[in-house]
Amino acid sequence: MQNRAGSSPAFGTNTLGENVLEQYFPILIFLLIGAALGIAPIVLAWIVSLKRPDAQKLAPYECGFKEFEDARLPFDVRFYLVAILFILFDLETAFFIPWSVVLRKIGSPGFWGMMIFLTLLVVGFVYEWKRGALEWE
Amino acid sequence: MLDPILQLLWIVIKILIIVLPLLGVVAYYTLAERKVIGFIQLRVGPNRVGFKGLFQPIADGLKLLTKELIFPTKSNKYLFVIAPVMAIAPSLAAWAVVPFSPHLVLSNVNAGLLYVLAMTSLGIYGVLFAGWASNSKYAIYGALRSAAQMVSYEIAMGFSLIGVLLAANSTNLSDIVMRQSGGIWHWYFIPLFPLFLVYWISAVAETNRAPFDVAEGESEIVAGFHVEYSGIMFGVFFLAEYANMLLLSILVATLFMGGWLSPFQGIPVLGALFSFVPGILWLFLKAGFFAFVYLWIRATFPRYRYDQIMRLGWKVLIPVTIVWLVVASFGVHFHIGPWFS
Repeated sequence: MQNRAGSSPAFGTNTLGENVLEQYFPILIFLLIGAALGIAPIVLAWIVSLKRPDAQKLAPYECGFKEFEDARLPFDVRFYLVAILFILFDLETAFFIPWSVVLRKIGSPGFWGMMIFLTLLVVGFVYEWKRGALEWE
Repeated sequence: MLDPILQLLWIVIKILIIVLPLLGVVAYYTLAERKVIGFIQLRVGPNRVGFKGLFQPIADGLKLLTKELIFPTKSNKYLFVIAPVMAIAPSLAAWAVVPFSPHLVLSNVNAGLLYVLAMTSLGIYGVLFAGWASNSKYAIYGALRSAAQMVSYEIAMGFSLIGVLLAANSTNLSDIVMRQSGGIWHWYFIPLFPLFLVYWISAVAETNRAPFDVAEGESEIVAGFHVEYSGIMFGVFFLAEYANMLLLSILVATLFMGGWLSPFQGIPVLGALFSFVPGILWLFLKAGFFAFVYLWIRATFPRYRYDQIMRLGWKVLIPVTIVWLVVASFGVHFHIGPWFS
């Protein structure tokens, strides 16, 4: 850490002084071009396609019936539960990613530390399983 | 030092060199799907437009372009239009970090794998926006199902990628491929075989493809999240889905099957015999195989029930990945084999 004594590295550079953000610039352009490739055909079709709207055609599709009520009804709470479990597990994935890259450098303490963390994770997972949080019927 | 505008132009040209052939391949992948499934079901598939149906994708595109765009009265118009763009932009932008050969990569970023993981997860927003904005019951059910399914398989996918990171010691996709060089027995599908299978199953589920296509489920909820979309707006969703399938095919080839490396590397006679084949061709062959497997799976397996999908994701794939993650980290810690040294 040669930077500890002096000033911290400038924004967008790593400790070696390389400009990391510069590598991401093409990605930003790519995202914009990707969006443009989505917008362009829609605009083009808006210009060339025929437009003959009528009330029946623009009504929400419901197997030929007039719709009974608004579609935004309360939905099953299990979808919400799955989302919460996902956040927990995705956070754990985020913990694992830096660890997995430096595992060869951090040696035994890092390795066994993560094994203990993983045990706790498995205990939580088994608890969820036994409580039926993973059941769908 | 190049003029900044010229530099920008050069980046745009490089992006177009990737994206335009990609869109062509995506178009012909849809034809390949119909042909392959046709032959599996003892039909011939589309064969009317042009020679043996080769112009079918162009005809389809023109048809979709001239069809009426329907904006349902009850929909949220802005979200409704943004949804297909939200679907296609990340599925194309993820190609920025795919290494086609040792030096052929648009942006060789260090966190390439994380970027790809982020982009493949962003695709869900297109589906959710579409389902919510349509304000139609089928659409919203399709979007809810799809969201819950994608986040469930995302976990298994993330865990299996950690296995690759453990073995490769880097999140840079080119480094991950270089780490697998030395022969077919160095490729990660051997030490990480369960993770390879889990990754592939999750890839099929993430793209909402059969047998995990309950988000569309023609026989249950008509077309799911894009039931209200017509004309080219449906077409954009369609392109995004197929671009995503090709992306995941090429990622499986890169992460587990040695990317651009030749399968004959390190074998005395064959290695020299096939050394003239460019790496990019090997990559395309491997990715093409997985793209074919996508179609093969669709033609072979019936659709899962939704509770079966959730059970497979949470109760089979996640435990398998956790167990194999422990095996792989023990392998790294005790330097086992050529893979974890």
